[in-house]
Amino acid sequence: MKKFSIKKAFQDPYQTKLLMNDVKKFCLTVLQIAIIVGVSYVILSPVIGMLVNSFSSDRDAFNPMVFVVPEYPTLERYQLAILRMDYWPTIGRNILYVLSLTLIQVFICSMVGYGFARFDFPFKKLLFGCVVVMIVIPSHTIMLPLYTTFRNFDPAGIATAITGAPINLMGTPWPMYVMSFLGCGVRAGLYIYIFNQFFRGLPKEIEEAAFVDGAGMWYTYFRIMLMNASPAVITVTVFSMVWQFNDTFFSNLFLVSPDIVISKKISTLQSVIANQDKILNVTIQELYLHAGIILVLLPIILIYLLLQRYFIEGVERSGIVG
Amino acid sequence: MKTKKKKMSLMRKRMVAGYLFILPWLVGFIIFYVRSLFMTAQFSLSTMTMDAQNGGYVLDFVGLENFRYAFFEHGSFKQTLTSSIGNMLIDVPLITFFSLFMAMLLNKKFPGRAAVRAIFFLPVILGSGAIVDAMELSAQMMQGGVSGQVAETTASASSAIAFDIDYLISMFMNLGLPASVLDYITAAVSRINDIISMSGVQIVLFIAALQSIPGSMYEVAKIEGATGYETFWKVTFPMVMPHIITNVVYTIVDSFEESAVLELADTVTFGQFNYGLGSVFSLVSTVVTCVILVVVVGFIQKRTFYYN
Repeated sequence: MKKFSIKKAFQDPYQTKLLMNDVKKFCLTVLQIAIIVGVSYVILSPVIGMLVNSFSSDRDAFNPMVFVVPEYPTLERYQLAILRMDYWPTIGRNILYVLSLTLIQVFICSMVGYGFARFDFPFKKLLFGCVVVMIVIPSHTIMLPLYTTFRNFDPAGIATAITGAPINLMGTPWPMYVMSFLGCGVRAGLYIYIFNQFFRGLPKEIEEAAFVDGAGMWYTYFRIMLMNASPAVITVTVFSMVWQFNDTFFSNLFLVSPDIVISKKISTLQSVIANQDKILNVTIQELYLHAGIILVLLPIILIYLLLQRYFIEGVERSGIVG
Repeated sequence: MKTKKKKMSLMRKRMVAGYLFILPWLVGFIIFYVRSLFMTAQFSLSTMTMDAQNGGYVLDFVGLENFRYAFFEHGSFKQTLTSSIGNMLIDVPLITFFSLFMAMLLNKKFPGRAAVRAIFFLPVILGSGAIVDAMELSAQMMQGGVSGQVAETTASASSAIAFDIDYLISMFMNLGLPASVLDYITAAVSRINDIISMSGVQIVLFIAALQSIPGSMYEVAKIEGATGYETFWKVTFPMVMPHIITNVVYTIVDSFEESAVLELADTVTFGQFNYGLGSVFSLVSTVVTCVILVVVVGFIQKRTFYYN
């Protein structure tokens, strides 16, 4: 390393260039940090507000002097929110429900996406158009048919043959499982699309090599293509989990019990606390709601942080170049 | 049996395999979606009356009456539709480029990257379903009943440290700026917030896409002496092109789902129980969105490089 001096740097053109490069790099870094911090702030500000609210006591809530740091912090909001939402058992059941559905979704959607990406069959374009239609179609137009299908669930007359009447699946989590198995779960169309694009982007040589080595189509898909599309798998897993977790449309439509889906409990938390604990001040009620929202957010963020490590790992594993 | 199997050419075998791969989805699509499309089309051609005694509904066929009403007599449908489409077309490029840019920033190595990525993931969680519902409900309670729903902003900005925009606006008003200019500026500023919160999904998708570019391509580009600018346009951009399509599709669909047109259809269907007219609204807007999707995607797809 040469000794650096400003004077020398301006005399020697090569040194000047190096210095300019350094300055440019520094400015760029500062700009990048500024953008990231700024955008992060815009995203975080409502969350920070909620966090502050969830820790503040009654005295803080009405004290205009309190800013960001509550003067008399309390855990009371969390205690009551956990009690009223029946938090731990509900979140346990909910995570199990969401994870199982996510697994099904990833499996089925990747399969369908692969089918569209790599095979040629008649009506392929038309059928893929149907996938797009499925993404676009407004959810309220499919409400009524879905309800009637699962209210009198009778696949090919099997239920009628056994019990004499169609089964009523309302109030159980089964409709969601059936829909996910048939590739029509929460935003399944989008996942099929994502997988399709990823598989199309992968080099065909990997598949051909596998085929020459005697792997069947099923094996090629499951052991080779799916492993290479692991960024897509992780992405879809993350999205599927979050949207399933947050979904209120399907859980309301199928009358899924609030003991399985915490998203239903969070939307009623405020009125439950108002009625059961006789807390009639709306400002105070909101503090409990914010504590509840933080509680609901936490597990998803934790799962995301765990998975995002695999974002990177997955790619290193798939270092095959066409 | 064996001879029959031999007769099946590879092409044919792959065709069958293709159908087998998409089979679960195909069954689901026919059961749930084709049926619902059919029913929506049926509703749109008739008026529906609830049958209180038997707990069902009665359909009276009226032909294209509902369509005629929607296009020639309804007060706000056409305007809402065009303004929704306009907003959509403005949003799409903004969001796509913003999220690509952010994803590239987040793809670099820097300390605390995991935390920052988690922060950028927050809009995906915050902006969907249950939490939005809960916040809206609480905003309603704050304002006293449904009438207070207008104050939507309080839902997202009810934090202790929320920025007081009214103060700034009144300050500029006092400076004597024309109201129209002010409106435009405030709209643009509030859109920035929207754009950030709307591009959470796209950023995650782009990060995954950037991760899937093999590092050796960058090595080659570096050895050949490409500048950062050239590397972006010659390596990064073509490689993420397929994912740009995904993102454009998602953005269009997302802004369609939150558009005023669907809200209108929703209120007409479930607020006024006019299933016929509501179905017309959703059918027309769905068809229009599909056409836009096909045109835009077709346009980009022509310029897309696929590996094979």
